[in-house]
Amino acid sequence: MSSRALRQPLSLKLTSATFLTIWCVIAAFPIFWIAVMSFKTPVDAFDANALNVIFGPATLAKGNGLSVLAILLGLAVLWGTFKVASKTMPNMVRSYSKPGLQWLGWLVGCAAVAIGFLLVFFAILPMVLSVLNPVLGPLGQDVLGLTTEHYKTVWIDRGFSNNFQNSLLVTAGVVSVSLTVGTLAGYGLARSGSNLAFWILIIALVFRALPHSVLVAGYLPVFISSAEWLSPILGDNAPTLYGKPWAVIAVLVAINQPFTIWMLRSFFQNIPADLDEAARVDGCSHFQAFRRVIMPVMWPGVITTGLFSFLLGYNDFLVTSLLLDAQNQTMVPAIAGMFNRETTTTDQVVAVAAAVSITAPLFLLVMVFQRQIVSGLTAGAVKG
Amino acid sequence: MNFKTFAAFVGPSIFMMLLFIAFPLISVFSQSFYLTQPIYEIIEVETCTPGFITQTCVTEEQSIPKLDEHGDIIKVTKFVGLQSYRNVLELERAWDAITSGSWRAFQSIDFWKALRFTLTFTLITLPLNIGLGLAIALVINNASKAVRGPVIFISLLPFIITPVIGALSINWLFRGDGVLTAAMEWYTGRDIAMFAQAWTIELLMMVYRVWHVAPFAAIVLYAGLQTVNQDSLESALIDGATRWQRLRYVVIPHLMPLIVFISMIHLMDAYRVFEEIVGFSSQGHVISLQWLTYDFLVPDQAGNRSISRASASAMLTMIGIIVLLIAPLRRTWRDHKGGH
Repeated sequence: MSSRALRQPLSLKLTSATFLTIWCVIAAFPIFWIAVMSFKTPVDAFDANALNVIFGPATLAKGNGLSVLAILLGLAVLWGTFKVASKTMPNMVRSYSKPGLQWLGWLVGCAAVAIGFLLVFFAILPMVLSVLNPVLGPLGQDVLGLTTEHYKTVWIDRGFSNNFQNSLLVTAGVVSVSLTVGTLAGYGLARSGSNLAFWILIIALVFRALPHSVLVAGYLPVFISSAEWLSPILGDNAPTLYGKPWAVIAVLVAINQPFTIWMLRSFFQNIPADLDEAARVDGCSHFQAFRRVIMPVMWPGVITTGLFSFLLGYNDFLVTSLLLDAQNQTMVPAIAGMFNRETTTTDQVVAVAAAVSITAPLFLLVMVFQRQIVSGLTAGAVKG
Repeated sequence: MNFKTFAAFVGPSIFMMLLFIAFPLISVFSQSFYLTQPIYEIIEVETCTPGFITQTCVTEEQSIPKLDEHGDIIKVTKFVGLQSYRNVLELERAWDAITSGSWRAFQSIDFWKALRFTLTFTLITLPLNIGLGLAIALVINNASKAVRGPVIFISLLPFIITPVIGALSINWLFRGDGVLTAAMEWYTGRDIAMFAQAWTIELLMMVYRVWHVAPFAAIVLYAGLQTVNQDSLESALIDGATRWQRLRYVVIPHLMPLIVFISMIHLMDAYRVFEEIVGFSSQGHVISLQWLTYDFLVPDQAGNRSISRASASAMLTMIGIIVLLIAPLRRTWRDHKGGH
């Protein structure tokens, strides 16, 4: 199409660019801001003046700060890590790992980059700086207040690592079980045009709309008294399901199933049915066709669906807070509890640091899997 | 694919959904008609305190829960019919409030308060979400290829963040003299407290929700914009359509199925509004239907959970979902029948 006729007037271009910039600022600002707040002393973090929050004079006065040199070197290390992670590491993985063992190569590569980064950033960099800072005069003077004490408080004193482990356990369980169950169902539904398949999908859609509290109201009494009604089957060591992470995993998997099967079905519909037809002609059963022909090509869809399952498990508040007891919480209810319970500003900043800690993995997730997330968001919608 | 193979593939998933979704629904339905309570017995207790000449003794009747031989409280479950629903709905109080024309009295009843907020929240955020999403999609589509990737990355952040944490992060910007409250005070010259009255909290919750879900709408619509038929755009141009007319009569009709899809998802999700209440800790001013059920389920000071009332409020919440879903489901069914 002739681009001349569609050329936009300058005013429209400017409006469009301005709007885009404003949106980006609005989208990133709250997250950026809590990240800044988490590194300051309470006085700075809740200061009404934005500049004081950023530069942190009170934090600086306590002797915690960064010099210009430190900021520059730190940024250089971050940039270098990003380059290595996005260019060098993938290339090395591709050239050195054996075919079929690619995933192992990726694992080793990622671990190497992570360890290298931690070593350089937290061990070598401070050593270099402690030598250089006094030498360089004004460049070596602290200008930006910054303290990591709140992170230490959260992770070490408050036992947040315990919550982290619980979150990890629940999320890993949800992702693996819900993908295993969902892939089979999604494949079955995609390859069957029967009325039954249609009804299953419709009922799944209705289930997806249910408020989770409705379901939890159903589980709670049953879970609390499970030792009684399970004892005829399991005998004396019948477990109380309330407070057990694996019971929560099962619940979250079920809640997630409707979404998972809808999404995986739409991915499987995009894999031509001729592929498994051909395998069937060659004498495979349905399961063999699935295992040998479909499984090797289904990974993009499975990874995308897995990401959304991960988000469900990781972000859940309602189910985990009601079905796990207070000593055994996952991260989100723990932070909400911290925020609601604590009244001093120090405790609030500690809660902020915890909130940033829980957001950081999500940030990395978007960075690595941006394409898969976007394709997942559009998969259900655009293909109809 | 024959039925047996189909069942083998779909079976585990159906089993999970039956066990953890369908079965709880049935159990919630039946729980809402029953009430489990400890049995109380009234006993006379004589308490004596040493007095000046004689002891002063007071005999009073106390009702204490009956214990069984293990020392556990005996509980009985009995059929109470619609009693729990009456307790949640408080129809008489509501009717009194309506007849006396007092909105405030009507809104002091938890259920109606929650219903009012849930509905206004859902209906106000819907057009805002679609509008902002469409605007973002259009400007991303208008931007040069090089910036699209980073912009989509930034746009995904509000969508992907944990809802409770997202709400908290906005809460911290406004709490007390947070930076944004301070900025607004400086701009208006007035003292502003965002968490002192209900309507500002509701406003913040809606702002948060639109911030959180608009990226989803934007990315879906952006993908839709890639498939707009260039020929019809060109013909519209030749016919002399202005930019606005091209958007209104070519692009938006093309995006309509996507807009319907986003609206449906939004209605379902906004009706379940819950995390905002936690993140803004607004339960003193504003509550939602899902929060009402949650609140009944959380043990009170004595450690009791009002399960039957929670079940009743859950069932009432369900009615709303069914009303919401009737229209789209009827359409899907018609499409399905038309397809065969």
